[in-house]
Amino acid sequence: MSTGTITRAASRVREGQVVRYAFDERANHWINAISYSYCLFTGLALFTPYLYWLGAVLGGGGTIRFWHPWVGLVYMVSILWMQSKWKADMRPIPEDRKWRGNIQNYIENRDELVPPQGRFNAGQKLFWKVMFWCTLILLVTGIVMWFPERMPRNLHGVLPITVFIHAVTALVTIAAFIIHVYMSVWMTPGSMKAMIDGTVSTRWAGTHHRLWYEKVTGRKN
Amino acid sequence: MSNGTLEIKRISGHRGGTPGIGVSRDYEVCKLVDTTTCIGCKACEVACLEWNGYDFRETTFDNTYQTMPETAWNFWNLIKFNEYTSEEGTTQWLMRKDQCMHCDDPGCLVACPADGAIVQYTNGIVDFNQTNCIGCQYCVTGCPFNIPKFNSATKKVYKCTLCSDRVGAGLEPACIKSCPTGCLHFGSKEDMRLEADKRVEQLKTHTSWKNAGVYDPGGKNGSPGSINGTHVIYVLGDARDPEKYGGLPANPSIPFFVTMWKGPLKWLGGLGIAFGVLGVFMHRVRYGAKNVEGEENRS
Repeated sequence: MSTGTITRAASRVREGQVVRYAFDERANHWINAISYSYCLFTGLALFTPYLYWLGAVLGGGGTIRFWHPWVGLVYMVSILWMQSKWKADMRPIPEDRKWRGNIQNYIENRDELVPPQGRFNAGQKLFWKVMFWCTLILLVTGIVMWFPERMPRNLHGVLPITVFIHAVTALVTIAAFIIHVYMSVWMTPGSMKAMIDGTVSTRWAGTHHRLWYEKVTGRKN
Repeated sequence: MSNGTLEIKRISGHRGGTPGIGVSRDYEVCKLVDTTTCIGCKACEVACLEWNGYDFRETTFDNTYQTMPETAWNFWNLIKFNEYTSEEGTTQWLMRKDQCMHCDDPGCLVACPADGAIVQYTNGIVDFNQTNCIGCQYCVTGCPFNIPKFNSATKKVYKCTLCSDRVGAGLEPACIKSCPTGCLHFGSKEDMRLEADKRVEQLKTHTSWKNAGVYDPGGKNGSPGSINGTHVIYVLGDARDPEKYGGLPANPSIPFFVTMWKGPLKWLGGLGIAFGVLGVFMHRVRYGAKNVEGEENRS
């Protein structure tokens, strides 16, 4: 855990608050969120005629065809930066297994029964893993779809499977994305503030990420 | 290049039905290419360029008489040459006019996401409308005949229009008009099929082409991925192996993963997203939020 997290909240850290995300983490998260959302909406426009109007809203068919791959690269770089920054916190620990055993309690909001978790709980680690690997698949298939005209004719046979994998992988990320956005915006009050201002209350930290709270504050209560 | 005087049957990337469908009956047109009487003069290549207003582009010499390896964005009609050694050891010079086949169930149109970039007319012509093309090249992915070609300067895809502008005005396509041997025919699909069958019978009876046959792939079976027949058909001297006629595919079909992607996946994906959003909403309704003890919660 870098000590930089202590000093990089949006405003002065008040009594009873803990810094959860440093400025660079928050900024990168929002670059990631915006670039993902752009790729999501333009991708959906190209996926089904019923959502082609999204393309018109975002600049028109030719424009989204041009920008979707470039913004996808921004998203990719942002994901790699997250990987380097959060690798240590995303590593599996024994508490992950306990969390998975209590997933029912977690889903039904009996949080007092869920064992203490580190900076990220096992669910967040799973979300991260899904997004990271799907992004790599989207990148590889996306590059093929970006320049089909540069592809030798005898390799054109891979194009149909490539677009199919690109679509399926994107749908997997959309499933994860829906849950992620729901949990942050609506299901877990306080998490949106963590990603905007950078701080959470000590109670919030103690409830949702007790091991992390104890580690960064040295406190036991 | 789409033409307003023709009646539209299907539209790419279009939600809902096709306006005006079935208001009047129109017969399906067809081009018949008799490869046994083609002499490889390339008059059709020149006529195609002239009518469609393209300059003659650079050629590629690869020790054959073929103008270039494959059709290009501004070269829609190409005679393919193949020096083929037959089973009896004789050399046959096989020539085939390659161009868009105007499939009855076109893979390009099925794959295209752009509303109105590809239209199919009730007379069977499949036409690209570059105004609506976004340059994604999904049509390239969907085509079993390697026909749509991308222009990287305009970021649009082009191909043979079957001279929809001429046909719409009651004229035959430019290539047909230019053919000096009468190996190219144009008319209704029904007539051309009869003409082709008659020619095949004649070849079998009176010439050494004992394996002559008609190339009209897909049939009218409507199975998934079937292109359901084409609006360009060939009389082949040897129909057992169409591949030797400049790579004409023996069993062309819309690629399996294109039919999956544009078929079940589109619906499963859409339903999945809708139920996913509904699902998380219902979670909130059923279980509420993760309130932290002793804190006031706004949402």
